[in-house]
Amino acid sequence: MSPQKNGKVHPYIPNSVPEIKAKMLEEIGINSIDELYADIPENLRFKRELDLPEPLPSEYALKRHVEKILSKNRTCKDNTNFLGGGCWQHYVPAICDEINQRSEFLTAYAGEPYEDHGRFQALFEYQSLMAELVDMDVVNVPTYDWCQAASTSVRMAVRITKRNTILISDTVSPERLSAIKNYCRPVVTVQMVNHCPKTGMMDLDDLKSKMSSDVACIYFENPSYLGFIESQGQIISGIAHEKGALSVVGVDPTSLGVVVPPSNYGADIVCGDIQGLGMHVNYGGGLAGFIATRDEKEFVMEYPSRLFGITRTTVEGEYGFGDVAYERTSFAHREEGKEFVGTAAALWGITAGVYLALMGPEGMQELGKTIMQKSQYAMKKLSEIEGIKAPLFESPHFKEFVVDFNDTGKTIKDINTYLLDNNIFGGKDLSIEFPELGNCALYCVTEIHTKEDIDHLVQALTCLTQGEE
Amino acid sequence: MKPKIRNFHQAKWDEPIIFELSAKGERGILIPEVEKEIEEVVGDGVSVIPENMIRKKLPALPEIAQMKVLKHYLRLSQQCLGADLNVDLGQGTCTMKYSPKINEVLSRSCEVCELHPLQEESTVQGALQIMYSLGEFLKEISGMNQFTFQPGGGSSAIFAMVSIIHAYHDFKGESERDEIVTTIFSHPSDAAAAAVKGYKVITLYPDENGLVEVEALKKAVSNRTAGLLITNPEDTGIFNPSIAEFTEIVHDHGGLCGYDQANANGILGVTRSKEAGFDLCFFNLHKTFSAPHGCGGPAVGALGVTEELVNYLPVPLVDFDGKKYYLNYNLPKTIGKVRGFYGVFPAILKAYAWIMSLGGEGLKEAATIAVLNNNYILKKVKEIKGATAPYAKGRHRIEQVRYSWEQLTKETGVTTEDVTCRMADFGFHLWSSHHPWIVPQPFTIEPTESYSKDEIDEYITGLKKVVEEAYENPEKVKNAPYNSVIHKIDHSTLDDPEKWAITWRSYLKKYKIKG
Amino acid sequence: MKVKKLGLIINPIAGMGGRVGLKGTDGLDILEKAVRLGAKPWSQKRAKEAIDRLVPLKGKIDVVTYPHEMGEDVVINCGFSPRVVGTISVLTTASDTKRAVQDMLDLDVDLLLFAGGDGTAKDIYTAVKDSLVVLGIPAGVKIHSAVYACNPVRAGELAALYLEGKVKKVVEAEVMDIDEENYRKGVLSSKLYGYLRIPFEERYTQRLKAGSPITERYNQEAIAAEIIENMSDAFVYIIGPGSTTGVIMEKLNLDYSLLGVDLVYRKRLIGKDLSESELLERIKGEKTTLIVTPIGGQGYVFGRGNQQLSPDVINHVGKDNITIIATKHKIHSLHGRPLLVDTGDRALDQHLRGYYRVITGYRESIVYKVV
Repeated sequence: MSPQKNGKVHPYIPNSVPEIKAKMLEEIGINSIDELYADIPENLRFKRELDLPEPLPSEYALKRHVEKILSKNRTCKDNTNFLGGGCWQHYVPAICDEINQRSEFLTAYAGEPYEDHGRFQALFEYQSLMAELVDMDVVNVPTYDWCQAASTSVRMAVRITKRNTILISDTVSPERLSAIKNYCRPVVTVQMVNHCPKTGMMDLDDLKSKMSSDVACIYFENPSYLGFIESQGQIISGIAHEKGALSVVGVDPTSLGVVVPPSNYGADIVCGDIQGLGMHVNYGGGLAGFIATRDEKEFVMEYPSRLFGITRTTVEGEYGFGDVAYERTSFAHREEGKEFVGTAAALWGITAGVYLALMGPEGMQELGKTIMQKSQYAMKKLSEIEGIKAPLFESPHFKEFVVDFNDTGKTIKDINTYLLDNNIFGGKDLSIEFPELGNCALYCVTEIHTKEDIDHLVQALTCLTQGEE
Repeated sequence: MKPKIRNFHQAKWDEPIIFELSAKGERGILIPEVEKEIEEVVGDGVSVIPENMIRKKLPALPEIAQMKVLKHYLRLSQQCLGADLNVDLGQGTCTMKYSPKINEVLSRSCEVCELHPLQEESTVQGALQIMYSLGEFLKEISGMNQFTFQPGGGSSAIFAMVSIIHAYHDFKGESERDEIVTTIFSHPSDAAAAAVKGYKVITLYPDENGLVEVEALKKAVSNRTAGLLITNPEDTGIFNPSIAEFTEIVHDHGGLCGYDQANANGILGVTRSKEAGFDLCFFNLHKTFSAPHGCGGPAVGALGVTEELVNYLPVPLVDFDGKKYYLNYNLPKTIGKVRGFYGVFPAILKAYAWIMSLGGEGLKEAATIAVLNNNYILKKVKEIKGATAPYAKGRHRIEQVRYSWEQLTKETGVTTEDVTCRMADFGFHLWSSHHPWIVPQPFTIEPTESYSKDEIDEYITGLKKVVEEAYENPEKVKNAPYNSVIHKIDHSTLDDPEKWAITWRSYLKKYKIKG
Repeated sequence: MKVKKLGLIINPIAGMGGRVGLKGTDGLDILEKAVRLGAKPWSQKRAKEAIDRLVPLKGKIDVVTYPHEMGEDVVINCGFSPRVVGTISVLTTASDTKRAVQDMLDLDVDLLLFAGGDGTAKDIYTAVKDSLVVLGIPAGVKIHSAVYACNPVRAGELAALYLEGKVKKVVEAEVMDIDEENYRKGVLSSKLYGYLRIPFEERYTQRLKAGSPITERYNQEAIAAEIIENMSDAFVYIIGPGSTTGVIMEKLNLDYSLLGVDLVYRKRLIGKDLSESELLERIKGEKTTLIVTPIGGQGYVFGRGNQQLSPDVINHVGKDNITIIATKHKIHSLHGRPLLVDTGDRALDQHLRGYYRVITGYRESIVYKVV
């Protein structure tokens, strides 16, 4: 085993220096590193060299190589992006990037609440800031994303109610539905609840008919994946509670400056994604999930994720943090284990905390209002184009909305190809996920879209539908 | 230079909780104004929301001016000991290696940050190429046939493995297979994820040498076995030479074998999943492959499988048709999704760049030096009074070692937690072990390849100093830390529902403090 | 904030036998022999080692103890001002211990530290059962009961942590009754006498990364649920002694003997606290499963506290029908040592060696070595 073929030691491997290596071997009392692998039998040894590309040990060469590949990407910076669907383009304050780039946070991991006190405090503050936004007393350290948060939320409901069936609204995100189904199979049964085709909102009669004392919870999203606001939340929760089931709501936290939080309409467990609170779109890498509940031990006991609590130290006035842990003293019949927990998305949690601290109450309200106004403007202008209807559902919407292109005679694919030529990323093609809607797309308008951006979209679509043909 | 004991003091700002910085009316950031023309067309925008759904009471977030927010979080960051700042050998199993800054820079470029996952494939060929290429690299490194980066961490990858194992047997109609076998030194998530899927869990315990014997496995495996989940080398740093026999036994009974390669750092290029007989394996990109730990994520559990199991993988895969890269959703037996979209792209990029920087030889050099560093430390720690390295007497270890302070505790009353607290006074971390503590008073050290000999010597010197103090003046060690950010924490409130406070508002309520 | 009260009882004659080669000092004649042989009371010394660890708590706790060698001397020597209750005569006996512990109970002590051996632990249990939280300072010769800390220093430290509230959890620990006569002849035969509650040894500050921790009781209930769910109507179940097996009986709502062997068939009790011969009589011709749990700190599955499960009984059951149950805490307190069998029949012991599936929870089991 030798350093690079060019005889140079790699900057990431200091003890590769032959003299140092030799000294260490000597101190250990062996002749070669190979002796250290004595426990690995011959037949398991990888005999040849790893067949990987020629390395680029010089930083400059590496940079150029990677940048060259990345230059093949077109970005949301150089194009106007109207895609949403679980990952949204919001403005990321410079301070958010500043903080999550700090080495101290970036490279910390599992230290104690002494030398890593800053990490604990930052995450406790995130929990606390989110708690104000969602108006609940317990929020967890982030999990992977909304898919996981929703999956865990429904399993928590299963454990709390000791029932094995859950109901899910059929207008939730298909990705989340897929994840929840995988998470429930085979222990928990999943049943869908229909929506009203006109408004998109839940079909309450269908919910009533499916709700029973075998059901652990109803899970729905607000705003829905399809963008409309579900205003029957109180009734839905009531129907669930009447049968002893829980109301589990998935929410987009950027809406909570103007839309009332689910805890105010009977939600027992609230989940969602914090990506919109200070994370770049990152090709889907900025996701992070949250779960919130009331501060009741039946709920707190069921969280698989870490919960940081604030406490004292031996010095008066000093804050310390640690894991909250409630002891289970009695095993209930057929009780199930508490899921798993591991490295998930802590840095994004800290970032979301920074975002909320910067925005403050006024900022979140203004954000919500701005998004409402801009998206409504977009919907109105799009509807003025012949053959296009926005929104499809007759309900108020937040941020996202379904645009109906059926009467244009064009497929979403063709429309989006055309838009791309105009440096616009058109809305997500829903024709595969929701075939009953036909040629519809999911458009997302946030505070980053200027009137110009929206007008540009409208112009392009106008040309398309009226220009050629 | 002879390693010294630093006269270290960690930054200590006595920083209030963010809510305490609030001053009514202050603003941290302003968002773009809505154009007058838009306002004219749609009005205030909020009135269309039904009355009962409008938020009237604003969230009680703090109001803080911008510089104050920055200052607050920068101070918190100073009170955190990232791997970039200290000789981070003491976080065993975590593989705290160097996360190259060039990779950070690359991941912050527009072409990474400003990509939306639903963009047309032709617009993201760069991203897809990187994902595809990393997949190819890992295939070579492990011998598996296909990789996905969808799981958001090691535990998520474990769950994906269990999901695939379950789906596999389900499709074959063998639903009576209701048992998963794992070992006590494997990650607790192995048992936990199996339980989510309704499996019974059988945990194998090691013999006096710290190794799980074949005889033990035979007792656990039957035609009810769905699969085996195992880490190798285990968190003790010991490689189980019977591993291929293990997988054979499980296969003979119709089960599948999943390899938790969280401890891959010492064996890159030395031994692979494939030859050991595994059907599934995963790597932590944020451990072995240098993506930063981020205080606990975001992360990627890169999951690989053999040809037979490719169709079960979560969708989509990143494929190449000879001309272009594309997202392949055509997996007939897919378990569905385990996470939104395709994976944490910045982490994938960093892993790609790290491998490109080192190449095959470099990866092997990293592994072998990590093992050299670890055995060097093993020799030094065994010389420290009060410390022992249980199991595998006289044998070398792979990339980490689980040690024990049991003797120290017996002779001085100082426990592993006490030592950890005192090490913080010198700017070091020291991790014990996952619970349960099979090894009494454990501590686990994993140097990786990133630290130089003098840095390692500095850490050892620190350990020695604390041990010296333990024998001379145990009280001093027991009441540590003194030079860290805060003093001894009172944990007693944290398990009492009346007293715990998981959020600031809860704290104010329970302790009747005016906010 | 209520000031914590520590009670201390020293058995002054504990340990005297060991130094001069005698095994234990129960019985006046043995004691006289020991004194004649020059044995000095060493429980005082051991107790002092423990109480010294509590000195930092001086002024923060109240100490209650019995006169002279039963605690007063050591406590004052360490710098405390104890409350001294009771009276004793020159030569102390078991009844003094029992009276003392009763007084401690009446005075509502938060923790009772006692220095002695198995005999002392037995006396305490006889007097007050498990109504007090106690902890033993090992000072006797016979230490088979799990109520003792591993050494006096640890006893003192654990006591301090408990009184400070840093250790809160309390766990059951076996009190073993060793047959004196046999023991002096070199034969160890023990019975499970009962359970006392001691502070939980593992430091409270478990920074768990996964959900809520679970208590011993929870584990026992989970094991019981697993056993009951899988009970077959075709088998007669022999339920061995111990608290873990006891929970199974509780969950079945059956009367049972904590320290004895019971028989269950089709979830009904068909025999309680049976002797070896009664057991053999009842199981003749029946298909049997034996549910057994390790008794005592050393991890004996057979041979400590469950002698009714004789070689004949075990042979009847058959190795494959032995179900071992144990909580994870029990297993982990072995720190990697194997479980043990000592049936009295060497050949049977050999036959029983090997790996076993041990039930540790609901839908959870482990594979562990038995030697």
